[in-house]
Amino acid sequence: MTETETGTEVLLRDLCDMWRVRLLEEKIRDLRLNGDVVGSVHLCIGQEAGPVGACSALEPADALFATYRGHGWALARGVPAVGILAELLGRATGVNGGRGGSAYFSAPEYGFHGENSIVGGGAPLAVGAALAGRFDGTGRVALCVFGDGAMNQGSVHESMNFAAAFDLPVVFVCENNEYSELTPIRDMVRADVLADRARAYGILGERIDGNDPAVVRDRVGDAVQSAREGGGPVLLELMTARLVGHYIGDAEQYRQPGELERLAENEPIARLERTLRSAGTPEPEIEAARDDAAREIETATQEASAAPLADAEAVRRHVHA
Amino acid sequence: MPEIRKLSYGEAANAALRRALEERPEVLVYGEDVGVPGGVFGVTKGLRKQFGDRVFDTPISESAIIGSAVGAAMFGRRPVVEIMWTDFFLVALDQVVNQAANVRYVSEGRLTAPITIRTQQGVAPGSCAQHSQSLEAFFLHTPGIRVCMPVTAQDSYDLLLSSIACDDPVVVIENRTLYHGGKQEVSVGGPVAAIGGLRTRRSGTAATAVTWGAMSRQVVDAADVLAAEGQEVEVLETPWLDPFPWDEVLTSVAKTRRLVVAHEANRTGGFGAEVLARVAEAGIELAAPPVRVAVPDLRLPSAPGLAAAVVPAADDVTGALRQVVAAR
Repeated sequence: MTETETGTEVLLRDLCDMWRVRLLEEKIRDLRLNGDVVGSVHLCIGQEAGPVGACSALEPADALFATYRGHGWALARGVPAVGILAELLGRATGVNGGRGGSAYFSAPEYGFHGENSIVGGGAPLAVGAALAGRFDGTGRVALCVFGDGAMNQGSVHESMNFAAAFDLPVVFVCENNEYSELTPIRDMVRADVLADRARAYGILGERIDGNDPAVVRDRVGDAVQSAREGGGPVLLELMTARLVGHYIGDAEQYRQPGELERLAENEPIARLERTLRSAGTPEPEIEAARDDAAREIETATQEASAAPLADAEAVRRHVHA
Repeated sequence: MPEIRKLSYGEAANAALRRALEERPEVLVYGEDVGVPGGVFGVTKGLRKQFGDRVFDTPISESAIIGSAVGAAMFGRRPVVEIMWTDFFLVALDQVVNQAANVRYVSEGRLTAPITIRTQQGVAPGSCAQHSQSLEAFFLHTPGIRVCMPVTAQDSYDLLLSSIACDDPVVVIENRTLYHGGKQEVSVGGPVAAIGGLRTRRSGTAATAVTWGAMSRQVVDAADVLAAEGQEVEVLETPWLDPFPWDEVLTSVAKTRRLVVAHEANRTGGFGAEVLARVAEAGIELAAPPVRVAVPDLRLPSAPGLAAAVVPAADDVTGALRQVVAAR
């Protein structure tokens, strides 16, 4: 963020970035429903403040490891929408040439080191990225994202303790949308606040509002700085909600009556628009944030759809050196 | 300049690690008890003292050990980590199969995970069912992972250096009983060999015996017995199981038309089955049904007498060789 930027300008950019994620996800949903995209697709509609806020606190050399619900994290990290869409559409121009698909793509040149289709599987990798930084002197921070369900995976426990033991600069971000796939997290964990586990590892932990991009940026920024300065890992629990199913086709029978309506009240885009309006931001500026995002996603979709299909001749390459 | 030194199997691995740490600043060596204690089998002895923080102890966390090695390798390090007993790999297979093996493939070669994972396996008297298994087939079923099993002290040195130089993830499966095999002459300091290849321990035309790991000793002993009976068996020892020397093995089997495969792993789904399948696929017409010598499909017992009853001995291999040689 430049020094001349006003608070409103930052919030308008957050709004546009959240719209970019929202509209990308809606586009992917449409492409999945009409059969252009196939397979499992996990959307982050309602959770846009996390990736937008957190990625704006990272440096280019930092490493981001996300989950299978990672389209938004990739986009917020700077991966072009056209590369993401092409990947999901099985095109040769996809970020992994069609090898990753919706739930397991990566774009290392943008500091996006992958989604991960194994719940909690990316946490040890993030620890390694931070470990490498200790020896190569880059001061690289690894940001590791996972859901509330992953908090019960051994790999995540191992990673937090491992990073803590060596003061490694890893910021663990738990997106708590209150459902571990199709099961309420409250039924699977006796304690309420997942971030409290940080104390058991001797590291800092905090539960924060995950639906406000400014709060996320602020708290992730502090965690990144502390980690970079040798303070060791930090665990942040971002309280949020997904407004859609675990995957496209999820019947969402676990929802309570009226739940989605209640969650929609607090969803990050509507909330930020309300904030901007009550601060007197002119309506055309608010609308422009959405329109800019819509144009980008529409152009990216057209370009990705026109790209050639992934090259079956190349499918056997890159198994070994 | 290469020099000849008298080293045990474990000391040879130590010499290889020392050389890698000296020559490649990106090499890190870590795992449970490998730093200050120098490893429960002593393989990493003295390295911490010489190389400081590049050699370190970790929590007992196999997923974090292997996964952090993958992550560090993605960012330019070349970690050599230890999984103390191969059985302990099983708590961290995700990091091998779903993570390490995919890095190069999914990124179309833009990222790689050049990690070396050392472990040791095998049946030894008194080892329990969770410390005795031979699990090479688990890794061989995963494209993208290289696998080798040093047999001699020279292997122990050479294969480890080749693994560290390899740009793929490599699992190096040492053998516990071979740690106690006494000192052998080892040429150290020579050029690092490419991965792959095989060793012809005996040449012959009466039958082909293919083997790897600690079973090699029994196979060579059995072939000596057959030789005394006037039957020269070709013994092919394969230090690398991935890449596997298919051409050489198939050429030998086509020549002898009689085949025995011997390994210490369980029979069903063992890599011996793959060797038989490839021979069949290659259309090689055998003069006798092929025989697999392997541990029967059961859990491994601890008591020395029980263990000895299930692990193939040289006599078992001798019997198998006589069987294929005698068949018309």
